[in-house]
Amino acid sequence: MTPLASYLLVAALLFSIGLAGALTRRNAILVLIGIELMLNAANLNLIAFWRFGPHPEALTGMMFAIFSIAVAAAEAAVGLGLVIQIHRHAKTTDLDAMNRMKG
Amino acid sequence: MQETISFTPQLTASPIAEMLWLVPAVPIVAAGIAALLKQPRRKLAATLAIGSMSFSLLFSLFAFAHVLAGWTHGLAIRETVNITWFQVGNSQVELGWVLDPLSAVMLVMVTFVGLLIFIYSTRYMEHDENYTRFFCFLSLFAGAMLGVVIANSLLLFFMCWELVGLTSYLLIGFWYYKPSAASAAKKAFLTTRVGDVFFLLGMVWLFSQTGTLLFYNNGAGSLESNALLLLLSQHAALGLTAAGAIGLLIFAGAAGKSGQFPLHVWLPDAMEGPTPVSALIHAATMVAAGVYLIARVYPLMQAGALAGGTTTPLIVVTWVGAFTAVFAALIAVAQNDIKRILAYSTVSQLGYMMAGLGMGGVAVGMFHLITHAFFKALLFMGAGSVIHGCHDEQDIRRMGGLKSDMPITFLTYGIGMLALSGFPILSGFWSKDGILEAAQHWSVAKTPFYMLVFGALLTAFYMTRQVAYVFLGHWRGHGTAHESPNVMTVPLAILAFFAMALGLLGTPAWPWFHAFLEGRSTRFEWHILVEPGLLGLMLTSTAVVLAGIFLGLKIYGDRSPKPEAPDVLEKFAPMPWRWLRDRLYVDEFYALTVIAFYTWWARVADWLDRKVWGGAVASVASVFRGWAHLNRFLDANVVDGSFDKGCDEISSSGGLLALLQTGRVQTYLRILALAIVVLTAILIWSSRA
Amino acid sequence: MSGMFFLISALAVGGGLAAVLLKNTVHCALALTLAFAGLALLFLQLDAQYAGFAQMLVYIGAVAILVVFAILLTRGSETPKDGVYSRNWFAGLVIAAAVFAMLGWAVLQSTSVLPHETAEPVVTVQQIGIALMGRYVLPLEIVALLLTAATIGAVIVAMHEKEGAK
Repeated sequence: MTPLASYLLVAALLFSIGLAGALTRRNAILVLIGIELMLNAANLNLIAFWRFGPHPEALTGMMFAIFSIAVAAAEAAVGLGLVIQIHRHAKTTDLDAMNRMKG
Repeated sequence: MQETISFTPQLTASPIAEMLWLVPAVPIVAAGIAALLKQPRRKLAATLAIGSMSFSLLFSLFAFAHVLAGWTHGLAIRETVNITWFQVGNSQVELGWVLDPLSAVMLVMVTFVGLLIFIYSTRYMEHDENYTRFFCFLSLFAGAMLGVVIANSLLLFFMCWELVGLTSYLLIGFWYYKPSAASAAKKAFLTTRVGDVFFLLGMVWLFSQTGTLLFYNNGAGSLESNALLLLLSQHAALGLTAAGAIGLLIFAGAAGKSGQFPLHVWLPDAMEGPTPVSALIHAATMVAAGVYLIARVYPLMQAGALAGGTTTPLIVVTWVGAFTAVFAALIAVAQNDIKRILAYSTVSQLGYMMAGLGMGGVAVGMFHLITHAFFKALLFMGAGSVIHGCHDEQDIRRMGGLKSDMPITFLTYGIGMLALSGFPILSGFWSKDGILEAAQHWSVAKTPFYMLVFGALLTAFYMTRQVAYVFLGHWRGHGTAHESPNVMTVPLAILAFFAMALGLLGTPAWPWFHAFLEGRSTRFEWHILVEPGLLGLMLTSTAVVLAGIFLGLKIYGDRSPKPEAPDVLEKFAPMPWRWLRDRLYVDEFYALTVIAFYTWWARVADWLDRKVWGGAVASVASVFRGWAHLNRFLDANVVDGSFDKGCDEISSSGGLLALLQTGRVQTYLRILALAIVVLTAILIWSSRA
Repeated sequence: MSGMFFLISALAVGGGLAAVLLKNTVHCALALTLAFAGLALLFLQLDAQYAGFAQMLVYIGAVAILVVFAILLTRGSETPKDGVYSRNWFAGLVIAAAVFAMLGWAVLQSTSVLPHETAEPVVTVQQIGIALMGRYVLPLEIVALLLTAATIGAVIVAMHEKEGAK
């Protein structure tokens, strides 16, 4: 197994863990945590490919990952703000209870 | 006596003959107008009837004068006008009318007697509320009868014959609310129908053999020599030629209409109709139509006869006529209803006419027909006057002594009765003697002669009995009798005059009537009267008549027994009297056989109709109903069921799919992830392949 | 592979597992921080120093704090009675497992094409700066705009209502 493959596997594992968390936990914040994990795994993937790819001096992978981090931060801020607002409205963060989208 | 007549061929008809169709048409139109009137328009209905009849009488007189003029110039006129009605394949169906001595004489008689009876009935039917309907039917009858008289086509003859039968039905059942009248009308119609079936058969056979139904058509008619030769050459069953068989079939029709045995049963019952109807239809004209038919088709009946000989149809006609004459006369002796005696008398005299035709030829039979029309109409109208004067009493045992209360009626009735009996010099004497003379010289047998002489004795006897019961003796009825008004007695007087005088036209000394009909000339030769054979016959018949009258006066005379007491003859011979009074059980025989069979057959037919045909129809219907049930079942369960199932499936699958729409974010996320997995797999696999 | 790699990987994966499995939400947030740290170390291992430090600064220093603050602010609902996992958690687990299987299989199947270890790249901050201002200036500006919008948006979204009570 090449080093790249092992990094990719780790990234895949993290991604799956993050996905499992996003899909199974009740609390909305934990869903966001899961999403952050998924993003991180993707970043790892990017960096790994940059490191073991053909042209690391082009910095493409690194830039991509950095921008991804920035965007993830912005998304986390807005997302958590939304969760807080929902909590104020519905008095709960339980996703099972929120089915206003039904129908 | 039986010469083949050769008439002068006419190529073009005179104007009178061309317009002859007006004679029946005008009364029919009058009837049509009267039919559209409402009931109370009595004056108008009577005026229409009498007016149309007067017109027909005038026209008939003109036609007669035309033929007479021809006869005096030695021409035997027979003018025909023929029209094609329609074509059937190659053959044509034609109608037409004929003006010859036979039809001219009959026209005058029918219109004259008819007009007198019309005038008489304006007073007789005065109190009836259906006055308008009466005159409408009378006009219709008159038109139809005149159509019968002038018809040159057997088809037109038959059509008018049926129309006459219809009007007879309508008039016999005039008081339809009386059950006896209604059933009498039905009986008349059905009995004549039996005869008409045979008539129709004969007609169809004639048409199929000769190709024409016209009597005279310039040599091409069915009564002319070509056709007759053709018919004679073909043989039917039982040794008859086609001519003979057709003649017999036609005679069967005539027997029905003219009340010959065994189809006579309807005539006495027909007395249920009003008396003018009895006088006109069932004495003078309609019943004479059968005799007229035989006279018309006489060339056919006579075809094939050798000189001085006779043919099978004529033999049959003679025997049936002679038998009927005696049979009816016997029954008349024991009847107690004034009209029924006259009815049986009519049947008997019709028998005389048929016998006369059979043995003596057209002129002999027709002469008796003409004289009979006058005195029988007179007798019936006199009876009507008596009934009217006795306040609608018809049983002769409840009358009596009317010779002082109703003198004019008595006088005219007496003249009629003597004419009927054949009293010398009066018309009946000459006409009946003509028949007796023909019977005396008949080549086949002498028995009819004796039968007819016996019948003459009976005729005189029962008429004397009737006159004795009605006019002689003392009054046995209720209330008082009164004489009838002039409107009724004047026609009686006119008819009485003719009953006396008409005979002089046919005496052997000057047989004008016979010569006129046969198209030859004649002159007065009084010495014929005293020829031994003829003189002997005349003396014999006079003796017979006087004997009958004497017997009647002796037995009944002025006695006037009580109504409930049995008749003198009944006391003398109770069993024969009862047979005669019960009309020799002919009606009962029919009820047992024909009618019983018919009722049984009607029941069988009803059963067949309801169970068999009805069952077949019902089973077909039930097949359809079963099919309909099956369809409904299929539709409700299979079609609807499958459709409903399908809809249910769709809705349940929709319900299933709706489960996806939980409204929860994580569900959507899961589905997203799943979709990604699937898509990736597809991508990888497709790229690898 | 070196043992360091396994160690750091274990840290990251363990932290991730803990983040999704723990009942207490705050514990989850802290475990998340651990996971972030592990990942940063992994970046350093991969000679992407800048990315690693950026990760540490942004994720651990900002996002994790954000998460903790959010947990704090929504503390009104404690651990739910019905449990922390949703009703159909097994379906989610299965799907996640499927995803991992898919990815893992894809990775393992395509090993042969991937290039092996190359030489260690040397990336200076100066190079990154030049790249940012040169080639990637447009994305930079857009990200700047995005961050501005996100900041404003987050503030507005999470802002108290005028009459709202807390």
